[in-house]
Amino acid sequence: MASEFNLNCPAPLSNYDKVLLGHGSGGKLTAELIKNIFLPAFQNPYLAELGDQAIVNVNGVKIAFTTDSYVVNPIFFPGGNIGELAVNGTVNDLAVGGARPLFISAGFILEEGFSLSELCAVVESMKKACERAGVILVTGDTKVVEKGKGDKIFINTSGIGVIEHDVEISPRKVKPGDKILINGPIGLHGIAILSRREGIEFEIEIESDTAPLNFLVQDILSVSKNIHWMRDPTRGGVSSSLNELAQSSNLGVEIWETEIPVPEPVKAACEMLGLDPLYVANEGKLIAVVAPEDAEKVLEAMRNNPLGREAKIIGEITEEHPGVVLMKTAIGGKRVVDMLAGEQLPRIC
Amino acid sequence: MRFIDEYRDLKLVQAYVEKIHEITTREWTIMEICGGQTHTIIKYGIDEMLPDKINIVHGPGCPVCVTPLEIIDKAIEIASTPGVIFCSFGDMLRVPGSKKDLFTVKSEGADVRIVYSPLDAVKIAIKNPDKKVVFFAIGFETTAPANAMAVWRAKELGLKNFFVLVSHVRVPPAMITILESPWNMINGFIAAGHVCTVMGYEEYEPIAKKYKVPIVVTGFEPVDILQGIFMLIKQLEEGRYEVENQYTRSVRREGNIPAKQLIFKVFEIADMKWRGIGLIPQSGFKLKKEFEEFDAEKVFSTVADINTEESQICISGYVLQGVKKPSDCPAFGTLCTPLNPLGAPMVSSEGACAAYYNYGRLKT
Repeated sequence: MASEFNLNCPAPLSNYDKVLLGHGSGGKLTAELIKNIFLPAFQNPYLAELGDQAIVNVNGVKIAFTTDSYVVNPIFFPGGNIGELAVNGTVNDLAVGGARPLFISAGFILEEGFSLSELCAVVESMKKACERAGVILVTGDTKVVEKGKGDKIFINTSGIGVIEHDVEISPRKVKPGDKILINGPIGLHGIAILSRREGIEFEIEIESDTAPLNFLVQDILSVSKNIHWMRDPTRGGVSSSLNELAQSSNLGVEIWETEIPVPEPVKAACEMLGLDPLYVANEGKLIAVVAPEDAEKVLEAMRNNPLGREAKIIGEITEEHPGVVLMKTAIGGKRVVDMLAGEQLPRIC
Repeated sequence: MRFIDEYRDLKLVQAYVEKIHEITTREWTIMEICGGQTHTIIKYGIDEMLPDKINIVHGPGCPVCVTPLEIIDKAIEIASTPGVIFCSFGDMLRVPGSKKDLFTVKSEGADVRIVYSPLDAVKIAIKNPDKKVVFFAIGFETTAPANAMAVWRAKELGLKNFFVLVSHVRVPPAMITILESPWNMINGFIAAGHVCTVMGYEEYEPIAKKYKVPIVVTGFEPVDILQGIFMLIKQLEEGRYEVENQYTRSVRREGNIPAKQLIFKVFEIADMKWRGIGLIPQSGFKLKKEFEEFDAEKVFSTVADINTEESQICISGYVLQGVKKPSDCPAFGTLCTPLNPLGAPMVSSEGACAAYYNYGRLKT
């Protein structure tokens, strides 16, 4: 039994022996933490799916279960705040599993000295977000940490939902020829946050796209049984989600730069800051992989929903280059879109 | 985006690609100096569109990549000192020193901050009079005016808590080093538009003449790069070796005179070490004597003893001189990746190795 007792962490963490901010970026460092530390400790078939939610079967009912923590800084940003984000984020993680979100919980970690009026504003917007998404907040917890040991407010939300159809949404269902759809313009949330955090002011205010996607998901599931995969591309952006898709399906992902909707202000901000919109976070976007014969139908269903007016088909699944995301550039070249290594760093010049 | 989309126009790109194919009759090896141009070439797949006869090699123009290991180690030492706020451009944080990087120092509790402008570091110094604020002043001639301005402002304001760790490099001496190298195979240069926006291109004229190499000052968008390559190949095919300016919307022959004046008020030309290449005479800037009080290396005297040797495995020196391509390195994409970089060109997105890895992995 002695061999099981090992004080040394076996994980080779790319030479880092401490947690870096990059470990929370949603890119490769995060994936390494999960693969090397969390998965080996808790191995089970539900976790091994590595979805945004676990799907469990309880007495014949398929239930989706998820959890997420919110530490966004600043807590109020153009287009939303940490409370609304905490509700929508968990709703969306359930929705992209094909579930109808029902109940959520909230855990608050508050810093000593945090203003109660700000807390009220956060809670008020959580209430509105619950109403909008049609979920009920049924349980919660509050902890307070000493001043300086937290940053105003951190929120954890967990949620459960039911799956009331027999569509299997899984990388196993993804096939060459499938189309890749997105419900609208990318990069808004990340740039909205950054514009406040770095004290950078843009001439046009960029607002976060935070929104609950569950009704949009219901709309597309009502027109097609051939939805093979869904994700909300949050941290790490569209590129990280598509890399996960390429790797978990072991197929190639091809996207078309001219078809990917990037709003002008996001483009301009990214040009200035040396960032790539494909890696910038979204909070109200849905990527869906759909059988080719249903792609137009699903696109139309998306466009009929207020959250999908600018939906587009941005690419397709290929047999070539399995595990790799390739982009056809606007000028006719091709390039690999890799997963982000750590944090996206602004380039020097 | 106005003034950008025009330079990413598919029809114009195709027209230039066609014209380049038409005029190319021989094998030519050309080098783009600047990392920003390397980035565009690989990001848009431009190298794939050119005739096989044109061999593009990527020059030493990534400031992050050529900053010597020794300076990184000094930065890490200073950043780890209690009471210091260390400010840097973002992509310097992940450059490995001999033992760790600035991200690790940050995770150990040091106050390391990413700034977008050296003047932001000056503001931080004003707001934190009880701290020593150090700005990592690196880069080519492009960042020199802003870095000089920060020091100038600090002097005007009488700041006693603002310092700069300077590792500034200049393009022309590096070009001469490459041309005089026994392995040199460069027939022509795509010169860096941003460097020339500041410095102009007068100083390139004697280089073109002496070494009989054409030089085209070029911008950074796909159409710029293709037009620059077209102008360069045209000169080569016609047997000319002149300095031409493709980037006329930004560059004048004499450069930006007030910016140049400011640089030489604060800095003077000095010998400088380059990562992977070694010492190049007259290839850098250091603070002038009258600005010595802002020199972090003088204030944090313990760093004077740091003398770090470069890694033996990485071939970045050859890559930076254009003698080898990133994919020639046995460690490329296996031992050395953006997540676990052995050498600096894999760290910055402007680095040749990272550009190859991120955008062109399939070709290897």
